[in-house]
Amino acid sequence: MWTRYILLPVVAIVLLSIPFFQPRDVQTALTSAVAFAIAAIGLTILVGVGGQLSLAHGVFVAVGAYGYIVLAGEPGVEDRWGLGLPPVLAAIGGVALAALLGLIFSPVAARLKGLYLGMASLALIFISEYVFTYVTPLTGGLQGRSVQQFDLFGIPLSGSTPKLEILGANIDGIARLWFIAVIALFLAVWIGLRIVRGRPGQALQLVRDNPTAAAAIGVNVQHAKAEAFVVSSAYAGVGGVFVALYSQVLTPETFNIVFSINFLAMIIIGGLGSIGGAVFGGAFVALLAFTMNKLGGTPLLPFIDQTGLNGIPGGTFSTIVFGVIVVLILVFEPTGGAGIVRRIRSRRAKPSPVAPPQQSHDTDSRGAVPEKTR
Amino acid sequence: MNVLQVFLTGLSLSAIYALLAVGFVVIYKGTKVVNLAQGAVMMIGVYVVFKLNTGLDFWIVALIGIAVGAAAAVIIQLILSLSKSHDHLVATIITIAIDMIVTAILLVEMRDLMLYIPGPWADAVIQIGGAAMPVARVAAFATAILAIGAFFVVFRYTTFGVRMRAAASDPETAALMGVSGRSVALWSWGIGGGLAVIAGIFLAGFPGAGLPAFGSALAFAVIPAIIIGGMDSAEGAIIGALIVGFTESVSRYLVAAYAPWMGEQIAIVVPYVIMLIVLLVRPSGLFGSREISRV
Repeated sequence: MWTRYILLPVVAIVLLSIPFFQPRDVQTALTSAVAFAIAAIGLTILVGVGGQLSLAHGVFVAVGAYGYIVLAGEPGVEDRWGLGLPPVLAAIGGVALAALLGLIFSPVAARLKGLYLGMASLALIFISEYVFTYVTPLTGGLQGRSVQQFDLFGIPLSGSTPKLEILGANIDGIARLWFIAVIALFLAVWIGLRIVRGRPGQALQLVRDNPTAAAAIGVNVQHAKAEAFVVSSAYAGVGGVFVALYSQVLTPETFNIVFSINFLAMIIIGGLGSIGGAVFGGAFVALLAFTMNKLGGTPLLPFIDQTGLNGIPGGTFSTIVFGVIVVLILVFEPTGGAGIVRRIRSRRAKPSPVAPPQQSHDTDSRGAVPEKTR
Repeated sequence: MNVLQVFLTGLSLSAIYALLAVGFVVIYKGTKVVNLAQGAVMMIGVYVVFKLNTGLDFWIVALIGIAVGAAAAVIIQLILSLSKSHDHLVATIITIAIDMIVTAILLVEMRDLMLYIPGPWADAVIQIGGAAMPVARVAAFATAILAIGAFFVVFRYTTFGVRMRAAASDPETAALMGVSGRSVALWSWGIGGGLAVIAGIFLAGFPGAGLPAFGSALAFAVIPAIIIGGMDSAEGAIIGALIVGFTESVSRYLVAAYAPWMGEQIAIVVPYVIMLIVLLVRPSGLFGSREISRV
């Protein structure tokens, strides 16, 4: 209980005060951390709770980002598509588009199992990579596309006008966006916890663990799976809108395959199926490269160089670091590995009248058999 | 560009894809893991060949590269076997992470360097009925038939092949009969890794411009082939490779001739679209066993 009444306000105050003592680049990095954290919550609901492996979460983030850009974009500038909607509506629209793509893909997801679903989601990555690069009216092609500033009923919330100074700190652009991001994060966590701990989450877990039983007590299995996909994509869409807003100019190469796979790394590092874990993992992955570039060249990390000319770029090195962390967690952390086994496998394991569950488990783990028999 | 040219290009692409695809399938049959680090294994082998390919005999260098790739794959399997979970989905995710690590290291090591391996055939081209065919691609086709043919002979007619098939179809019984699942796993990873490097050597040569540091992503082009064919069917992998190779060649030709505005990259995307359609109709591929969907 004390966490709710003391810790939560303290965390909120610390987070909201960041623009008063941290420079702009830190604010931008932290905003990206919030964007990734929100999107990672969606993936952990899908993979961790729902047991559906998706390697393409970044695609839904990208749809949210480009959805916002196109809906809010000025119409008729060069040959770019733009509807010129108010940014608030554009943000909602971006999230809706991401959720819609999730809805469209969910029949594929409901039909496929385990690895086949993972491989099918790879298709989304490559198809979207093509669309983002070649449909230039949408994304601006390789040069990228600038992002319309966010405002609320005409009050600019991510620009620098009108000038706003509080306690000597210039609260402009990214600082205002940071405040919105923190509020969005708290909302995202709250809703996520309600989904996971409430009835939808329980239904989803039952679907994952025993689809037959779930159907027997009146849970619509296909619906539950599709809902998990839609909710997860909507979270990704919210993350995507923030990615667009803090990036200001967005290029398609942001959303490459590594971007998508990073989300898997986030939820594994954080601990699969846990909302708090997803937030931690998202922030960790987002901030690691930034921190390393900051510390690069100092005696602490002399081999890091942002430009890559005199050392390893921070981004590349952090990829190595969290790649290694993911391998170590999955190899040596039994609950981490077991969690994934439980969550992804159990939705596929049907109780067989012939073989007891234990035996079917052994049949699948080829590596385990000889060690046991020896 | 004529029909024969499109056909020959498709055939030679299919040969390289078949090498990669059979590599994936051998590993999948042996351990039920989709090794998404196949591209990384390929890059490690190709990098070794590239570094040693200065004066030494090409064939010796190629053999060393293939052996290093096989060893790299075996090391990955050893890492996976340390895992407490013994779950093939966890293992597959570990291979993604390994692919990320190797690619990042190669980026640091290579930067803008392209791994170009001319091979003894260099950029020679022969004319077949008005179509130009790089000798390197003819060699790739011949090598693919030899390597995959040898694999099928071993798989069908040797004691080792029997052990592999036994372990793949019923590991418990096979283990009781004295077949070491561990050695079958290591051998299948070694063979799969070696096949990937053979394909990589051809991908790194003419008519390509060489492999960049992130070349491991090329192995993903084969994913539609193994999914369309069914992940545990070597014959399916070859048919999948043919479908992907010809689809890529035909769509490249059609796009260049009639719709250049679509961009060449569409040729990479089309096989994935076909894969999604196949998956909707047959969730475990054309030749994949139903058992997988039950697991």
